[in-house]
Amino acid sequence: MNALRRLGTFWWDFVIGDDWRIAAGVAIALGATAALAAADEPAWWLLPIAVATLLYFSLRREAR
Amino acid sequence: MTAVFLVLSAFLASAVEMVEALTIVLAVGVTRDWRSALSGVGAATLSLAAIVAALGPALTLIPIDTLRLVVGALLLVFGLQWLRKAILRASGYVSLHDEEAAFARETAEARAAGLERRAGLDWYAFTIAFKGVLLEGLEVAFIVLSFGSTQGSIPLAALGAGVAVVLVAVAGLVAHAPLARVPENTLKFAVGTMLTTFGIFWAAEGTGARWPGGDASLPAVLGFVLLLSVAFVALLRRGRPAIA
Repeated sequence: MNALRRLGTFWWDFVIGDDWRIAAGVAIALGATAALAAADEPAWWLLPIAVATLLYFSLRREAR
Repeated sequence: MTAVFLVLSAFLASAVEMVEALTIVLAVGVTRDWRSALSGVGAATLSLAAIVAALGPALTLIPIDTLRLVVGALLLVFGLQWLRKAILRASGYVSLHDEEAAFARETAEARAAGLERRAGLDWYAFTIAFKGVLLEGLEVAFIVLSFGSTQGSIPLAALGAGVAVVLVAVAGLVAHAPLARVPENTLKFAVGTMLTTFGIFWAAEGTGARWPGGDASLPAVLGFVLLLSVAFVALLRRGRPAIA
């Protein structure tokens, strides 16, 4: 059990890192992009805007 | 163009991680025992090769759009971590990574640790070198596999990483000291920018979105991420009220 927990913690730190909100935001942005693409609307612009927004709020939290 | 980005990204990421691994290996090699440290390096290298050999062919069996979505999403989250840390370092909110300080810390810990021999090796030197190379190398393996599989060219990505490993190893042998002069923080900034760029590009394609101009829009995405990062560094440097 301990080994499993350590493995889970390792992968969490490796992929998610210090700010889990970034990963959550990316997941939401990808869902929204997929929904736009499925509706045959231009969707390429959404991820760059999401990245700018997520970085801004993450850096702001860290700077406070 | 994409191939150039691919090789360059794998090269830079690999160089940064290998500089850190080299510092750890040098510290235990110099203070403890070279044979044990190098055995750790060998064991970690074999483990990494086995991981790449096992996962590489498996990844090529996944449909390309699914692969781009999953790998793009992972790269984006992973790249944003790097970029966030690099921006905080560049703006002075987090101290810069210093190989000489890391070397001094590792050396002090290695001197303080007790001696335990297993299989004829200094077990401390072996495990620290093994863990250092494996953990730093895992990031490189992740980048090589993700970049290589989504572009259909794992060998090309491996080439970029391999050249970096050889260059850093040779430089370490020649210098016989941590590579403190490598502009590591700048390299990390560049790698974070590239990982985030590829993450945005592939994840969007994986969801079914199409970029205007196809692959030709990749430099524009790179320019956007770079400008954004530089702007955040400038904002943070100007003082907390600007961003907070």
